[in-house]
Amino acid sequence: MKDVSFGQYYPVKSFVHNVNPALKILFLIAYIVAIFLAKNFYGLAACAFVLILIVAFSRVPLGKVLRSVRGVLFLVVFTAAINLLFHGGDEVYWKGPAVYWQWKIFCVSQAGIVFSAFLIVRLVLLVTCSSMLTYTTTPVALTDGIEALLTPLKWIRFPVHELALIMSIALRFIPILMDETERIKNAQKARGADFEKGGLIKKVRSFVPILVPLLLSAFRRADELGDAMDARCYTGGKKRTKYKKLRFSWRDGIAFFLGAALIAGVVLMGIYLRAPL
Amino acid sequence: MRIVAERLTYTYNAGSPFRTTALKGVTLTVEEGEFFGIIGHTGSGKSTFVQHLNGLLRLPSSLKRRKKRRKEGEEEPVLRVGEFDLSDRKTDFRALRKSVGMVFQYPEYQLFAESVKDDVAFGLKNFTKEKLSKEQIESAVRDALEIVGLDYREIKDKSPFDLSGGQKRRVAIAGVIVTRPEVLVLDEPAAGLDPVGKQEIMNLLHRLHKEWCKTVIIVSHDMDEIAENCTRVAVFADGAAKYVLPPHELFRKSEELRALGLDVPLTAKLTDALKRRGVSLDSDFTTDGFIRAVIALKTGEGEKP
Repeated sequence: MKDVSFGQYYPVKSFVHNVNPALKILFLIAYIVAIFLAKNFYGLAACAFVLILIVAFSRVPLGKVLRSVRGVLFLVVFTAAINLLFHGGDEVYWKGPAVYWQWKIFCVSQAGIVFSAFLIVRLVLLVTCSSMLTYTTTPVALTDGIEALLTPLKWIRFPVHELALIMSIALRFIPILMDETERIKNAQKARGADFEKGGLIKKVRSFVPILVPLLLSAFRRADELGDAMDARCYTGGKKRTKYKKLRFSWRDGIAFFLGAALIAGVVLMGIYLRAPL
Repeated sequence: MRIVAERLTYTYNAGSPFRTTALKGVTLTVEEGEFFGIIGHTGSGKSTFVQHLNGLLRLPSSLKRRKKRRKEGEEEPVLRVGEFDLSDRKTDFRALRKSVGMVFQYPEYQLFAESVKDDVAFGLKNFTKEKLSKEQIESAVRDALEIVGLDYREIKDKSPFDLSGGQKRRVAIAGVIVTRPEVLVLDEPAAGLDPVGKQEIMNLLHRLHKEWCKTVIIVSHDMDEIAENCTRVAVFADGAAKYVLPPHELFRKSEELRALGLDVPLTAKLTDALKRRGVSLDSDFTTDGFIRAVIALKTGEGEKP
Protein backbone atom coordinates (compact mmCIF):
# COMPACT_ATOMS: atom_id res chain seq x y z
CA MET A 1 0.00 0.00 0.00
CA LYS A 2 1.32 3.36 -0.95
CA ASP A 3 1.42 6.13 1.61
CA VAL A 4 -1.97 5.25 2.93
CA SER A 5 -2.60 4.44 6.55
CA PHE A 6 -6.31 4.05 6.70
CA GLY A 7 -8.17 5.03 9.79
CA GLN A 8 -4.92 6.79 10.63
CA TYR A 9 -4.33 4.32 13.47
CA TYR A 10 -0.94 5.06 15.00
CA PRO A 11 0.59 1.81 16.21
CA VAL A 12 2.28 2.40 19.54
CA LYS A 13 1.55 1.03 22.99
CA SER A 14 0.20 3.59 25.39
CA PHE A 15 -2.24 4.21 28.19
CA VAL A 16 -4.76 5.76 25.82
CA HIS A 17 -4.44 2.93 23.32
CA ASN A 18 -5.33 0.45 26.02
CA VAL A 19 -8.53 2.06 27.21
CA ASN A 20 -11.62 0.04 26.41
CA PRO A 21 -12.84 1.23 22.99
CA ALA A 22 -16.47 1.39 24.10
CA LEU A 23 -15.45 3.73 26.86
CA LYS A 24 -13.35 5.78 24.49
CA ILE A 25 -16.38 6.32 22.28
CA LEU A 26 -18.47 7.30 25.31
CA PHE A 27 -15.70 9.61 26.40
CA LEU A 28 -15.59 11.26 22.99
CA ILE A 29 -19.35 11.84 23.14
CA ALA A 30 -18.99 13.28 26.64
CA TYR A 31 -16.16 15.48 25.46
CA ILE A 32 -18.17 16.82 22.55
CA VAL A 33 -21.06 17.55 24.90
CA ALA A 34 -18.65 19.34 27.23
CA ILE A 35 -17.29 21.44 24.38
CA PHE A 36 -20.75 22.57 23.44
CA LEU A 37 -21.75 23.14 27.06
CA ALA A 38 -18.74 25.38 27.58
CA LYS A 39 -20.07 28.90 27.65
CA ASN A 40 -16.79 30.72 28.13
CA PHE A 41 -13.07 30.40 27.63
CA TYR A 42 -12.57 28.83 31.06
CA GLY A 43 -14.70 25.89 29.98
CA LEU A 44 -12.77 25.53 26.76
CA ALA A 45 -9.50 25.80 28.66
CA ALA A 46 -10.58 22.88 30.82
CA CYS A 47 -11.43 20.88 27.69
CA ALA A 48 -8.09 21.80 26.14
CA PHE A 49 -6.28 20.74 29.29
CA VAL A 50 -7.91 17.31 29.23
CA LEU A 51 -7.09 16.96 25.53
CA ILE A 52 -3.44 17.85 26.15
CA LEU A 53 -3.35 15.15 28.83
CA ILE A 54 -4.77 12.64 26.37
CA VAL A 55 -2.30 13.56 23.63
CA ALA A 56 0.60 13.42 26.07
CA PHE A 57 -0.37 9.96 27.33
CA SER A 58 -1.12 8.57 23.87
CA ARG A 59 2.46 8.88 22.58
CA VAL A 60 1.16 9.96 19.18
CA PRO A 61 3.60 12.54 17.79
CA LEU A 62 2.32 16.10 17.95
CA GLY A 63 2.92 16.60 14.23
CA LYS A 64 0.48 13.78 13.46
CA VAL A 65 -2.11 15.21 15.81
CA LEU A 66 -1.87 18.67 14.25
CA ARG A 67 -2.10 17.17 10.81
CA SER A 68 -5.66 16.10 11.55
CA VAL A 69 -6.55 19.78 11.99
CA ARG A 70 -5.03 20.60 8.64
CA GLY A 71 -7.73 18.55 6.94
CA VAL A 72 -10.47 20.83 8.24
CA LEU A 73 -8.42 24.01 8.15
CA PHE A 74 -10.56 25.44 5.38
CA LEU A 75 -13.73 24.82 7.35
CA VAL A 76 -12.24 26.42 10.45
CA VAL A 77 -11.02 29.50 8.61
CA PHE A 78 -14.29 29.83 6.70
CA THR A 79 -16.46 29.59 9.81
CA ALA A 80 -14.28 32.03 11.67
CA ALA A 81 -14.30 34.52 8.80
CA ILE A 82 -18.08 34.39 8.39
CA ASN A 83 -18.62 34.92 12.09
CA LEU A 84 -16.04 37.67 12.22
CA LEU A 85 -17.84 39.60 9.51
CA PHE A 86 -21.45 39.05 10.55
CA HIS A 87 -21.44 38.66 14.32
CA GLY A 88 -21.64 42.32 15.25
CA GLY A 89 -22.55 43.30 18.80
CA ASP A 90 -21.37 46.20 20.90
CA GLU A 91 -19.83 44.53 23.93
CA VAL A 92 -16.44 45.97 24.85
CA TYR A 93 -13.82 43.51 26.06
CA TRP A 94 -10.72 45.67 25.86
CA LYS A 95 -9.84 49.29 25.37
CA GLY A 96 -10.84 50.66 22.02
CA PRO A 97 -13.96 51.06 19.92
CA ALA A 98 -16.55 48.30 20.08
CA VAL A 99 -16.83 48.23 16.29
CA TYR A 100 -13.67 48.60 14.25
CA TRP A 101 -15.00 48.61 10.75
CA GLN A 102 -18.39 48.62 9.15
CA TRP A 103 -19.64 48.41 5.60
CA LYS A 104 -23.27 47.71 4.77
CA ILE A 105 -24.11 44.49 6.64
CA PHE A 106 -20.47 43.56 7.30
CA CYS A 107 -18.76 44.67 10.43
CA VAL A 108 -15.76 43.74 12.55
CA SER A 109 -16.48 44.19 16.21
CA GLN A 110 -14.76 43.21 19.42
CA ALA A 111 -17.55 40.74 20.09
CA GLY A 112 -17.04 39.30 16.62
CA ILE A 113 -13.32 38.82 17.16
CA VAL A 114 -13.85 37.11 20.50
CA PHE A 115 -16.60 34.92 19.18
CA SER A 116 -14.55 33.83 16.14
CA ALA A 117 -11.62 32.95 18.35
CA PHE A 118 -14.01 30.97 20.54
CA LEU A 119 -15.30 29.06 17.52
CA ILE A 120 -11.79 28.33 16.24
CA VAL A 121 -10.77 26.83 19.57
CA ARG A 122 -14.00 24.86 19.77
CA LEU A 123 -13.61 23.38 16.28
CA VAL A 124 -9.94 22.56 16.71
CA LEU A 125 -10.63 20.78 20.00
CA LEU A 126 -13.51 18.88 18.44
CA VAL A 127 -11.51 17.65 15.47
CA THR A 128 -8.41 16.85 17.45
CA CYS A 129 -10.26 14.83 20.04
CA SER A 130 -12.16 12.85 17.40
CA SER A 131 -8.99 12.04 15.56
CA MET A 132 -7.33 11.01 18.82
CA LEU A 133 -9.97 8.27 18.96
CA THR A 134 -8.99 6.97 15.52
CA TYR A 135 -5.28 7.44 16.16
CA THR A 136 -5.38 5.24 19.23
CA THR A 137 -8.04 2.67 18.30
CA THR A 138 -7.82 0.11 15.53
CA PRO A 139 -10.87 -0.02 13.27
CA VAL A 140 -11.61 -3.49 14.55
CA ALA A 141 -11.53 -2.38 18.17
CA LEU A 142 -13.74 0.52 17.21
CA THR A 143 -16.44 -1.77 15.81
CA ASP A 144 -16.17 -3.96 18.89
CA GLY A 145 -16.74 -0.87 20.97
CA ILE A 146 -19.75 0.17 18.92
CA GLU A 147 -21.18 -3.30 19.17
CA ALA A 148 -20.79 -3.25 22.93
CA LEU A 149 -22.46 0.13 23.16
CA LEU A 150 -25.38 -0.95 20.99
CA THR A 151 -25.98 -4.17 22.93
CA PRO A 152 -29.06 -2.78 24.73
CA LEU A 153 -30.74 -2.49 21.34
CA LYS A 154 -30.74 -6.29 21.15
CA TRP A 155 -33.74 -6.25 23.48
CA ILE A 156 -35.84 -4.66 20.80
CA ARG A 157 -34.56 -7.25 18.31
CA PHE A 158 -32.26 -4.86 16.56
CA PRO A 159 -29.61 -6.93 14.69
CA VAL A 160 -26.64 -5.41 16.52
CA HIS A 161 -24.26 -8.24 15.78
CA GLU A 162 -25.03 -8.24 12.07
CA LEU A 163 -24.59 -4.49 11.94
CA ALA A 164 -21.21 -4.75 13.65
CA LEU A 165 -20.22 -7.53 11.27
CA ILE A 166 -21.12 -5.41 8.26
CA MET A 167 -19.11 -2.56 9.69
CA SER A 168 -16.04 -4.62 10.42
CA ILE A 169 -16.13 -6.26 6.99
CA ALA A 170 -16.46 -2.86 5.36
CA LEU A 171 -13.53 -1.56 7.39
CA ARG A 172 -11.50 -4.65 6.64
CA PHE A 173 -12.07 -4.21 2.93
CA ILE A 174 -11.07 -0.58 2.72
CA PRO A 175 -7.31 -1.22 2.66
CA ILE A 176 -7.80 -4.15 0.28
CA LEU A 177 -9.80 -2.03 -2.12
CA MET A 178 -7.30 0.80 -1.80
CA ASP A 179 -4.57 -1.63 -2.73
CA GLU A 180 -6.64 -2.81 -5.63
CA THR A 181 -7.29 0.76 -6.76
CA GLU A 182 -3.58 1.45 -6.68
CA ARG A 183 -2.89 -1.64 -8.72
CA ILE A 184 -5.53 -0.90 -11.35
CA LYS A 185 -4.44 2.73 -11.48
CA ASN A 186 -0.87 1.64 -12.13
CA ALA A 187 -1.97 -0.78 -14.81
CA GLN A 188 -3.95 1.92 -16.61
CA LYS A 189 -1.16 4.44 -16.15
CA ALA A 190 1.15 1.95 -17.82
CA ARG A 191 -1.31 2.05 -20.71
CA GLY A 192 -0.94 5.81 -20.88
CA ALA A 193 -3.97 6.85 -18.84
CA ASP A 194 -3.69 10.31 -17.40
CA PHE A 195 -5.72 11.17 -14.31
CA GLU A 196 -4.57 14.73 -13.84
CA LYS A 197 -5.04 16.51 -17.12
CA GLY A 198 -8.15 18.02 -18.64
CA GLY A 199 -11.29 19.66 -17.35
CA LEU A 200 -13.73 18.28 -14.83
CA ILE A 201 -15.67 16.13 -17.27
CA LYS A 202 -12.51 14.69 -18.78
CA LYS A 203 -11.17 13.96 -15.31
CA VAL A 204 -14.33 12.17 -14.26
CA ARG A 205 -14.32 10.21 -17.50
CA SER A 206 -10.72 9.22 -16.94
CA PHE A 207 -11.79 7.35 -13.80
CA VAL A 208 -14.02 4.94 -15.70
CA PRO A 209 -11.06 2.64 -16.48
CA ILE A 210 -10.44 2.42 -12.73
CA LEU A 211 -13.99 2.23 -11.45
CA VAL A 212 -15.24 -0.55 -13.70
CA PRO A 213 -12.52 -3.07 -12.79
CA LEU A 214 -12.70 -1.95 -9.15
CA LEU A 215 -16.45 -2.55 -8.90
CA LEU A 216 -16.09 -5.90 -10.60
CA SER A 217 -13.42 -6.98 -8.19
CA ALA A 218 -15.41 -5.73 -5.19
CA PHE A 219 -18.35 -7.89 -6.23
CA ARG A 220 -16.06 -10.82 -6.87
CA ARG A 221 -14.52 -10.48 -3.44
CA ALA A 222 -17.91 -10.13 -1.78
CA ASP A 223 -19.05 -13.31 -3.48
CA GLU A 224 -15.94 -15.17 -2.43
CA LEU A 225 -16.23 -13.99 1.15
CA GLY A 226 -19.88 -14.99 1.26
CA ASP A 227 -19.02 -18.45 -0.04
CA ALA A 228 -16.19 -18.83 2.44
CA MET A 229 -18.47 -17.87 5.34
CA ASP A 230 -21.17 -20.24 4.13
CA ALA A 231 -18.62 -23.01 3.79
CA ARG A 232 -17.74 -22.59 7.45
CA CYS A 233 -21.40 -22.50 8.45
CA TYR A 234 -21.24 -18.96 9.75
CA THR A 235 -24.28 -17.83 11.68
CA GLY A 236 -24.28 -14.54 13.48
CA GLY A 237 -25.92 -13.52 16.70
CA LYS A 238 -26.28 -15.69 19.77
CA LYS A 239 -23.77 -18.18 21.07
CA ARG A 240 -20.81 -16.58 19.30
CA THR A 241 -17.87 -15.95 21.56
CA LYS A 242 -15.25 -13.32 21.05
CA TYR A 243 -11.53 -13.75 20.53
CA LYS A 244 -10.81 -10.47 22.24
CA LYS A 245 -13.25 -9.89 25.06
CA LEU A 246 -13.71 -6.29 26.08
CA ARG A 247 -13.04 -5.87 29.76
CA PHE A 248 -13.09 -2.92 32.06
CA SER A 249 -9.92 -2.13 33.96
CA TRP A 250 -8.52 0.63 36.16
CA ARG A 251 -7.61 2.56 33.02
CA ASP A 252 -11.23 2.68 32.04
CA GLY A 253 -12.08 3.85 35.54
CA ILE A 254 -9.72 6.79 35.13
CA ALA A 255 -11.09 7.63 31.70
CA PHE A 256 -14.64 7.49 33.04
CA PHE A 257 -13.81 9.67 36.00
CA LEU A 258 -12.02 12.18 33.79
CA GLY A 259 -14.95 12.42 31.40
CA ALA A 260 -17.50 12.86 34.18
CA ALA A 261 -15.31 15.41 35.98
CA LEU A 262 -14.86 17.36 32.78
CA ILE A 263 -18.55 17.71 32.06
CA ALA A 264 -19.33 18.61 35.66
CA GLY A 265 -16.47 21.08 35.76
CA VAL A 266 -17.49 22.76 32.53
CA VAL A 267 -21.10 23.12 33.63
CA LEU A 268 -20.08 24.55 36.99
CA MET A 269 -17.64 26.96 35.37
CA GLY A 270 -20.36 28.14 33.06
CA ILE A 271 -22.55 28.94 36.06
CA TYR A 272 -20.08 30.42 38.54
CA LEU A 273 -17.31 32.02 36.52
CA ARG A 274 -18.17 35.28 34.86
CA ALA A 275 -15.98 35.73 31.86
CA PRO A 276 -16.12 37.00 28.29
CA LEU A 277 -18.87 35.19 26.41
CA MET B 1 17.02 -0.20 -25.23
CA ARG B 2 19.60 -1.04 -22.66
CA ILE B 3 18.49 -0.93 -19.05
CA VAL B 4 21.04 0.06 -16.43
CA ALA B 5 20.29 0.12 -12.72
CA GLU B 6 22.86 0.97 -10.12
CA ARG B 7 22.40 1.11 -6.35
CA LEU B 8 18.66 1.50 -6.72
CA THR B 9 16.85 1.88 -3.41
CA TYR B 10 13.18 2.32 -2.56
CA THR B 11 11.23 2.69 0.66
CA TYR B 12 7.45 2.45 0.90
CA ASN B 13 5.68 4.83 3.28
CA ALA B 14 8.95 6.59 4.01
CA GLY B 15 8.83 8.56 7.22
CA SER B 16 5.85 6.77 8.74
CA PRO B 17 5.66 3.90 11.21
CA PHE B 18 4.61 1.65 8.31
CA ARG B 19 7.78 2.21 6.29
CA THR B 20 9.35 -0.80 4.64
CA THR B 21 12.48 -0.80 2.59
CA ALA B 22 11.80 -2.83 -0.52
CA LEU B 23 14.98 -2.18 -2.48
CA LYS B 24 18.35 -1.95 -0.81
CA GLY B 25 20.66 -1.26 -3.69
CA VAL B 26 19.83 -3.08 -6.91
CA THR B 27 22.55 -3.14 -9.53
CA LEU B 28 21.97 -4.90 -12.82
CA THR B 29 22.02 -4.40 -16.57
CA VAL B 30 19.63 -5.77 -19.18
CA GLU B 31 21.00 -5.66 -22.70
CA GLU B 32 18.83 -4.94 -25.70
CA GLY B 33 17.36 -8.08 -27.20
CA GLU B 34 17.43 -10.18 -24.07
CA PHE B 35 14.72 -12.47 -22.75
CA PHE B 36 15.43 -11.60 -19.16
CA GLY B 37 14.06 -13.44 -16.14
CA ILE B 38 13.60 -12.15 -12.61
CA ILE B 39 13.05 -14.58 -9.75
CA GLY B 40 12.93 -14.24 -6.00
CA HIS B 41 10.52 -15.12 -3.24
CA THR B 42 7.64 -12.90 -2.14
CA GLY B 43 8.85 -9.63 -0.70
CA SER B 44 12.28 -9.78 -2.29
CA GLY B 45 11.63 -6.55 -4.15
CA LYS B 46 11.21 -7.82 -7.68
CA SER B 47 7.83 -6.22 -8.31
CA THR B 48 9.05 -2.95 -6.83
CA PHE B 49 12.04 -3.02 -9.13
CA VAL B 50 9.95 -3.78 -12.17
CA GLN B 51 7.59 -0.89 -11.43
CA HIS B 52 10.54 1.47 -11.64
CA LEU B 53 11.19 0.51 -15.23
CA ASN B 54 8.34 2.59 -16.62
CA GLY B 55 8.31 5.24 -13.96
CA LEU B 56 5.33 4.04 -11.93
CA LEU B 57 7.65 4.29 -8.96
CA ARG B 58 10.19 7.08 -9.02
CA LEU B 59 13.64 7.43 -7.65
CA PRO B 60 13.71 9.48 -4.46
CA SER B 61 14.79 12.94 -5.42
CA SER B 62 14.68 14.93 -2.20
CA LEU B 63 17.53 17.35 -2.01
CA LYS B 64 18.14 16.67 1.67
CA ARG B 65 18.74 13.05 0.93
CA ARG B 66 21.04 13.84 -1.96
CA LYS B 67 23.07 16.18 0.18
CA LYS B 68 23.32 13.56 2.89
CA ARG B 69 24.44 10.99 0.37
CA ARG B 70 27.04 13.33 -1.06
CA LYS B 71 28.35 14.12 2.39
CA GLU B 72 28.72 10.47 3.22
CA GLY B 73 30.51 9.93 -0.05
CA GLU B 74 27.81 7.61 -1.33
CA GLU B 75 27.15 7.51 -5.00
CA GLU B 76 23.77 8.45 -6.47
CA PRO B 77 21.41 5.70 -7.55
CA VAL B 78 21.18 5.38 -11.32
CA LEU B 79 18.40 4.07 -13.49
CA ARG B 80 18.55 4.44 -17.24
CA VAL B 81 16.26 2.86 -19.79
CA GLY B 82 17.71 3.53 -23.21
CA GLU B 83 17.83 7.29 -23.57
CA PHE B 84 15.66 7.93 -20.54
CA ASP B 85 17.33 8.95 -17.30
CA LEU B 86 14.81 8.04 -14.63
CA SER B 87 16.54 9.87 -11.83
CA ASP B 88 15.70 13.08 -13.65
CA ARG B 89 12.31 14.54 -12.74
CA LYS B 90 12.02 16.18 -16.14
CA THR B 91 12.09 12.91 -18.03
CA ASP B 92 9.13 12.46 -20.35
CA PHE B 93 7.49 9.61 -18.48
CA ARG B 94 4.72 9.33 -21.05
CA ALA B 95 7.21 8.63 -23.81
CA LEU B 96 8.96 6.19 -21.49
CA ARG B 97 5.71 4.32 -20.79
CA LYS B 98 5.09 4.08 -24.49
CA SER B 99 8.41 2.35 -25.05
CA VAL B 100 8.28 0.18 -21.93
CA GLY B 101 5.11 -1.90 -21.91
CA MET B 102 4.06 -3.29 -18.54
CA VAL B 103 1.81 -6.29 -18.03
CA PHE B 104 0.86 -6.64 -14.38
CA GLN B 105 -0.10 -9.79 -12.54
CA TYR B 106 -3.56 -10.97 -13.52
CA PRO B 107 -3.84 -8.29 -16.21
CA GLU B 108 -7.36 -9.45 -17.07
CA TYR B 109 -8.58 -7.48 -14.04
CA GLN B 110 -7.77 -4.20 -15.74
CA LEU B 111 -10.20 -4.71 -18.62
CA PHE B 112 -12.99 -2.17 -18.52
CA ALA B 113 -14.32 -1.21 -21.94
CA GLU B 114 -17.56 -2.32 -23.56
CA SER B 115 -15.87 -4.19 -26.37
CA VAL B 116 -12.57 -5.93 -26.86
CA LYS B 117 -11.48 -3.56 -29.58
CA ASP B 118 -12.18 -0.48 -27.44
CA ASP B 119 -10.18 -1.93 -24.61
CA VAL B 120 -7.19 -2.73 -26.79
CA ALA B 121 -7.37 0.71 -28.40
CA PHE B 122 -7.28 2.44 -25.00
CA GLY B 123 -3.50 2.55 -24.73
CA LEU B 124 -3.11 3.43 -28.38
CA LYS B 125 -5.38 6.47 -28.09
CA ASN B 126 -3.65 7.56 -24.89
CA PHE B 127 -0.16 7.45 -26.26
CA THR B 128 -0.57 9.03 -29.69
CA LYS B 129 -0.75 12.79 -29.63
CA GLU B 130 -2.35 13.37 -33.03
CA LYS B 131 -5.80 11.96 -33.64
CA LEU B 132 -5.66 8.59 -35.31
CA SER B 133 -7.99 7.70 -38.13
CA LYS B 134 -10.46 4.90 -37.62
CA GLU B 135 -8.55 2.73 -40.07
CA GLN B 136 -5.23 3.27 -38.30
CA ILE B 137 -6.71 2.27 -34.96
CA GLU B 138 -8.47 -0.71 -36.46
CA SER B 139 -5.37 -2.04 -38.16
CA ALA B 140 -3.21 -1.62 -35.06
CA VAL B 141 -5.82 -3.34 -32.90
CA ARG B 142 -6.20 -6.13 -35.42
CA ASP B 143 -2.44 -6.72 -35.52
CA ALA B 144 -2.20 -6.78 -31.73
CA LEU B 145 -5.11 -9.19 -31.32
CA GLU B 146 -3.82 -11.44 -34.04
CA ILE B 147 -0.30 -11.70 -32.67
CA VAL B 148 -1.68 -12.78 -29.28
CA GLY B 149 -3.52 -15.50 -31.15
CA LEU B 150 -7.10 -14.28 -31.17
CA ASP B 151 -9.44 -14.08 -34.13
CA TYR B 152 -10.02 -10.37 -34.65
CA ARG B 153 -13.28 -10.58 -36.54
CA GLU B 154 -14.81 -13.00 -34.14
CA ILE B 155 -13.79 -11.25 -30.95
CA LYS B 156 -13.63 -7.51 -31.63
CA ASP B 157 -17.20 -6.63 -30.66
CA LYS B 158 -17.56 -9.02 -27.75
CA SER B 159 -17.58 -7.73 -24.20
CA PRO B 160 -14.23 -8.53 -22.58
CA PHE B 161 -16.13 -9.89 -19.59
CA ASP B 162 -17.73 -12.64 -21.68
CA LEU B 163 -14.40 -14.23 -22.61
CA SER B 164 -12.64 -17.16 -20.96
CA GLY B 165 -9.80 -16.53 -18.50
CA GLY B 166 -7.03 -17.29 -21.00
CA GLN B 167 -8.67 -15.13 -23.66
CA LYS B 168 -9.10 -12.24 -21.24
CA ARG B 169 -5.44 -12.39 -20.40
CA ARG B 170 -4.46 -12.32 -24.04
CA VAL B 171 -6.74 -9.38 -24.70
CA ALA B 172 -5.09 -7.58 -21.78
CA ILE B 173 -1.63 -8.31 -23.18
CA ALA B 174 -2.78 -7.09 -26.59
CA GLY B 175 -3.87 -3.87 -24.89
CA VAL B 176 -0.32 -3.32 -23.72
CA ILE B 177 1.62 -4.31 -26.82
CA VAL B 178 -0.65 -2.43 -29.22
CA THR B 179 1.71 0.56 -29.04
CA ARG B 180 4.65 -1.66 -30.00
CA PRO B 181 6.84 -1.04 -26.96
CA GLU B 182 10.53 -1.78 -27.32
CA VAL B 183 10.72 -3.35 -23.88
CA LEU B 184 7.94 -5.58 -22.57
CA VAL B 185 7.82 -6.31 -18.85
CA LEU B 186 5.50 -9.03 -17.56
CA ASP B 187 4.83 -9.80 -13.89
CA GLU B 188 4.01 -13.51 -13.68
CA PRO B 189 2.33 -13.69 -17.06
CA ALA B 190 1.33 -17.34 -16.65
CA ALA B 191 0.09 -17.27 -13.05
CA GLY B 192 -3.18 -19.07 -12.49
CA LEU B 193 -3.39 -20.65 -15.93
CA ASP B 194 -3.61 -24.34 -16.70
CA PRO B 195 -0.56 -26.09 -18.27
CA VAL B 196 -1.86 -25.60 -21.81
CA GLY B 197 -2.60 -21.94 -21.14
CA LYS B 198 0.87 -21.52 -19.67
CA GLN B 199 2.50 -23.03 -22.70
CA GLU B 200 0.44 -20.82 -24.97
CA ILE B 201 1.48 -17.70 -23.09
CA MET B 202 5.15 -18.67 -23.27
CA ASN B 203 4.86 -19.33 -27.00
CA LEU B 204 3.19 -15.96 -27.36
CA LEU B 205 6.05 -14.28 -25.52
CA HIS B 206 8.58 -15.87 -27.85
CA ARG B 207 6.58 -14.71 -30.83
CA LEU B 208 6.48 -11.19 -29.40
CA HIS B 209 10.18 -11.27 -28.65
CA LYS B 210 10.92 -12.21 -32.22
CA GLU B 211 8.56 -9.87 -34.01
CA TRP B 212 7.46 -6.96 -31.79
CA CYS B 213 9.44 -6.17 -28.68
CA LYS B 214 13.20 -6.22 -28.70
CA THR B 215 13.57 -6.92 -25.00
CA VAL B 216 11.29 -9.07 -22.86
CA ILE B 217 11.54 -9.16 -19.07
CA ILE B 218 9.48 -11.64 -17.09
CA VAL B 219 9.02 -12.01 -13.35
CA SER B 220 8.20 -15.59 -12.52
CA HIS B 221 8.02 -18.20 -9.79
CA ASP B 222 8.14 -21.04 -12.27
CA MET B 223 11.74 -22.16 -12.56
CA ASP B 224 11.06 -24.47 -15.49
CA GLU B 225 9.66 -21.51 -17.37
CA ILE B 226 12.79 -19.52 -16.57
CA ALA B 227 15.21 -22.31 -17.46
CA GLU B 228 13.49 -22.96 -20.76
CA ASN B 229 13.13 -19.41 -21.96
CA CYS B 230 15.49 -16.86 -20.49
CA THR B 231 18.84 -15.67 -21.73
CA ARG B 232 19.78 -14.38 -18.31
CA VAL B 233 18.22 -14.43 -14.87
CA ALA B 234 18.42 -12.05 -11.92
CA VAL B 235 17.82 -13.55 -8.49
CA PHE B 236 16.34 -11.04 -6.08
CA ALA B 237 16.84 -11.54 -2.37
CA ASP B 238 16.34 -9.07 0.43
CA GLY B 239 15.95 -6.06 -1.86
CA ALA B 240 18.99 -6.65 -4.04
CA ALA B 241 19.91 -8.58 -7.16
CA LYS B 242 21.99 -11.33 -5.62
CA TYR B 243 22.95 -13.19 -8.77
CA VAL B 244 22.64 -12.17 -12.41
CA LEU B 245 23.57 -15.18 -14.51
CA PRO B 246 22.49 -17.16 -17.54
CA PRO B 247 20.25 -20.06 -16.41
CA HIS B 248 22.75 -22.77 -17.21
CA GLU B 249 25.18 -21.24 -14.73
CA LEU B 250 22.58 -20.17 -12.19
CA PHE B 251 20.90 -23.52 -11.70
CA ARG B 252 24.20 -25.17 -10.85
CA LYS B 253 23.86 -23.29 -7.58
CA SER B 254 20.87 -25.32 -6.43
CA GLU B 255 22.09 -25.25 -2.81
CA GLU B 256 22.33 -21.47 -2.74
CA LEU B 257 18.96 -21.06 -4.41
CA ARG B 258 17.27 -23.34 -1.90
CA ALA B 259 18.85 -21.35 0.91
CA LEU B 260 17.11 -18.29 -0.53
CA GLY B 261 13.78 -20.11 -0.41
CA LEU B 262 13.70 -20.72 -4.15
CA ASP B 263 13.05 -23.80 -6.15
CA VAL B 264 15.13 -25.11 -9.05
CA PRO B 265 13.81 -26.47 -12.36
CA LEU B 266 12.98 -30.15 -12.70
CA THR B 267 16.05 -30.69 -14.87
CA ALA B 268 18.28 -29.37 -12.09
CA LYS B 269 16.55 -31.64 -9.56
CA LEU B 270 17.17 -34.63 -11.81
CA THR B 271 20.78 -33.61 -12.32
CA ASP B 272 21.22 -33.46 -8.53
CA ALA B 273 19.53 -36.83 -8.05
CA LEU B 274 21.80 -38.38 -10.67
CA LYS B 275 24.81 -36.82 -9.03
CA ARG B 276 23.90 -38.45 -5.72
CA ARG B 277 23.89 -41.78 -7.55
CA GLY B 278 27.32 -41.04 -8.91
CA VAL B 279 26.33 -40.00 -12.42
CA SER B 280 27.54 -36.59 -13.41
CA LEU B 281 25.57 -34.87 -16.10
CA ASP B 282 26.23 -31.49 -17.58
CA SER B 283 23.41 -29.72 -19.36
CA ASP B 284 22.05 -26.23 -19.84
CA PHE B 285 18.92 -27.20 -17.83
CA THR B 286 16.48 -26.85 -20.71
CA THR B 287 14.44 -29.99 -21.39
CA ASP B 288 16.06 -30.33 -24.78
CA GLY B 289 19.58 -29.85 -23.49
CA PHE B 290 18.96 -32.27 -20.65
CA ILE B 291 17.70 -34.98 -22.97
CA ARG B 292 20.63 -34.46 -25.30
CA ALA B 293 23.02 -34.83 -22.37
CA VAL B 294 21.28 -38.03 -21.23
CA ILE B 295 21.41 -39.50 -24.73
CA ALA B 296 25.05 -38.54 -25.08
CA LEU B 297 25.77 -40.25 -21.77
CA LYS B 298 23.90 -43.39 -22.79
CA THR B 299 25.52 -43.72 -26.19
CA GLY B 300 28.88 -43.32 -24.52
CA GLU B 301 29.83 -40.20 -26.31
CA GLY B 302 30.99 -38.69 -23.09
CA GLU B 303 29.73 -35.55 -21.50
CA LYS B 304 28.28 -32.75 -23.46
CA PRO B 305 30.96 -30.22 -24.35
